[in-house]
Amino acid sequence: MPKLQVALYWAASCGGCEIATLAIGDKILKLAEAADIVFWPVAIDTKYADVENMADKSIDACLFNGAIRNSENEHMAKLLRRKSKIMIAYGSCATEGCIPGLANFYNRKMMVDTAFIDTISSDNQGKIIPQTSVKVPEGELELPVLWETVRTLAQTVDVDFFVPGCPPEERTTWLALEALLSGKLPPKGTFIVHPANAVCNDCPRVKHEKKIKAFHRPYEIIPEPDKCLLEQGLLCFGVATRGGCGAPCPQANMPCTGCYGPVEGVRDQGSHFLTALASIIDANDPDEIEKILDGIVDPAGTCYRYSLADSMINRARIAP
Amino acid sequence: MKKITIDPITRLEGHGKITIFLNDDGSVANVYTQIPELRGFEKFCEGRPVEDMPQITQRICGVCPEAHHMAATKALDDMFHIEPTSTAKKIRELLYSAFYVTDHTTHFYILGGPDFVMGPDAPVAQRNILGVIAKVGLDLAGQVLNTRKENHWIIQAVGGRQIHPVFGLPGGVSKRISEEDRKQIEEIAKRDVAFAQLSLKVFGDIVLKNKGYVDMIVSDAFTSQTYYMGLVDDKNKVNFYDGKVRVVDPSGKEFAKYSPREYLDNIAEHVEPWSYTKFPFLKKVGWKGFVDGKDSGVYRATPLSRLNAADGMATPLAQAEYDKMYSTLGGKPVHHTLATHWARLIELLYAAERLLELSQDKEISGPNIRNIPTNKPTEGVGIVEAPRGTLTHHYVADEKGCIKKCNLIVGTTNNQAAIFMSVKKAAQALIQPGKDIPESLLNQIEMAWRPYDPCMSCSTHTLPGQMPLEITVVDSSGCIVKRLSR
Repeated sequence: MPKLQVALYWAASCGGCEIATLAIGDKILKLAEAADIVFWPVAIDTKYADVENMADKSIDACLFNGAIRNSENEHMAKLLRRKSKIMIAYGSCATEGCIPGLANFYNRKMMVDTAFIDTISSDNQGKIIPQTSVKVPEGELELPVLWETVRTLAQTVDVDFFVPGCPPEERTTWLALEALLSGKLPPKGTFIVHPANAVCNDCPRVKHEKKIKAFHRPYEIIPEPDKCLLEQGLLCFGVATRGGCGAPCPQANMPCTGCYGPVEGVRDQGSHFLTALASIIDANDPDEIEKILDGIVDPAGTCYRYSLADSMINRARIAP
Repeated sequence: MKKITIDPITRLEGHGKITIFLNDDGSVANVYTQIPELRGFEKFCEGRPVEDMPQITQRICGVCPEAHHMAATKALDDMFHIEPTSTAKKIRELLYSAFYVTDHTTHFYILGGPDFVMGPDAPVAQRNILGVIAKVGLDLAGQVLNTRKENHWIIQAVGGRQIHPVFGLPGGVSKRISEEDRKQIEEIAKRDVAFAQLSLKVFGDIVLKNKGYVDMIVSDAFTSQTYYMGLVDDKNKVNFYDGKVRVVDPSGKEFAKYSPREYLDNIAEHVEPWSYTKFPFLKKVGWKGFVDGKDSGVYRATPLSRLNAADGMATPLAQAEYDKMYSTLGGKPVHHTLATHWARLIELLYAAERLLELSQDKEISGPNIRNIPTNKPTEGVGIVEAPRGTLTHHYVADEKGCIKKCNLIVGTTNNQAAIFMSVKKAAQALIQPGKDIPESLLNQIEMAWRPYDPCMSCSTHTLPGQMPLEITVVDSSGCIVKRLSR
């Protein structure tokens, strides 16, 4: 059997997905046995031009991580889609925009002005901001165009499979690679992850009926060791988050923040979580309910921490 | 005028590029390193709950998330005016030491070391980790992989996750260390110390016993006289987790020593219209452009810088190696950029020794891991040494306890001006009027920047490492006259 031809690429991301790929440890040797990695900027020297020269669909599978933030991210997404039989959105940035997608609360100008002019250590009386084309004494220099809005991979090209997580846990990564290597791939559009309806299913903390009188911030209380964090008033996202990660965060006494995205079949993680919260607030008096809800200081940024770019909100509307 | 584009990234990865302009006679007119990527953390952190900063800002970099997590957590301590418990401080430093062991190991053996172990003239196909394995033997290679694996296990056990840990809270940490885990950490730390000593021996045997390498280390093409920055403890010893930032001038004399809250008196950032990165400089010296020397505010913040800025190492084995390096290279400070690799191994040994000390500390597995803040958060600054440079996080809170202002001066960003200068120097040394541009230009430029271990995830988003390089020489009419690639 000919070896699988695999490409790995990053767009707007932190590099954690690359480290997560390496975190499969010794299994990377199994990967090397079964697949040729034809393009992986971090590790091997294949050139952009080499990818251009490959025949269309000559790459069997591309694991693409990172969001689409600028013109180059988009160019590479389109190029690799054309060259690959299977396109996999690997990790939260490619799948749902992740933390870089929080920029959709603002626009490009606000982001650039803050970075280069408003930040307190910037020494920039001339209010210089980077330009996509600049004439210097010796010639001309160019920079890519930052888009107004961060997009996901699936909002940019056709995607076959998704691997959730920021970054995907080791077990999730290996599950995806195994599916690829064995050729036993699920139907198009599937999230490749260990089956578990929600993070709560992975979490060993004991759950009772949930009734919340007040929300607490993680620094305010020391949670009881074995009891559900949400029942203790911490905004734990487990109920509204796809399971399969093994629930490492609640086991470290910290709430789940939702990085595996919405549970299967739910379109919008943030509104799902808000609905869940509304149903467990232990009050009927509107003033009391409002007071309890005031304990959530950043509802949009918390409920859409990873999924803003892929959510139904998608971005904030900013008055010109 | 000719234009050479060294394009590791735009064409390939999309995140970084170097352009060399030549005069009509073929000499170097100027060099530009460009960072073409921006994600805008300083903007979109605004409005987020302050306590989420350790987990949000670590998404700046998946290579060194622990550094951002720790700087953010310390900024929270400062914002809430709360001291972490003694055990919590030690747990944080323990995780951070394990992180340094993995990070420095990766750099020396997989990224930076191949240049030395295999030699700069070795065929390109051998200048990688596989070549290193062939030369140093499978046994050591196995130890490299095992060291990475075991110390990542510590990060997971202590911090909650292997990548993007979650344990940092103002006043402490979320999780204590069990006695069972402590024992295992202690055993790993012992192996780390032995591994670090072995690594220094490998460096000594392969590099220091080879006159060609030593000549290259001390050559002018790889030397810049700059200021140096690093965090020191109250005895002016290198510390990664806590202390004051000390800056020495190019003669090695203390120029400044500041607490996190005083960083704005000392550091400012220059902006150029052709790059999405900023260029930090020493405010009291001023920005004089991309030049070295005492009158230029350009400073470096690397392993070598930390050793130059300190009076020594806080652990005995690392101190002995520190003394050996400076006596071999003719005293302090050392300006030879390639000696950064040596300094990194001395830091590796220090991190391993410190990890062992902490794992044997009676308090480390204690239950007292959190102080609960009673004040509202206001403003705070947190500084740690990231492996690639001094890392500063500065937050201001609003009345709800959300971020109103956020300012980040990140590891590799400190060194952007110096990287630029090192690349220019290498280009000038190799590109001569009337002579062909040599194939080795790629390698030399790579060797000029690799000591900085540029983590472009922080500044630009590329991972450090074997950056695929392509140089295209274009004449003034736009025709390609030469193409070099690796």
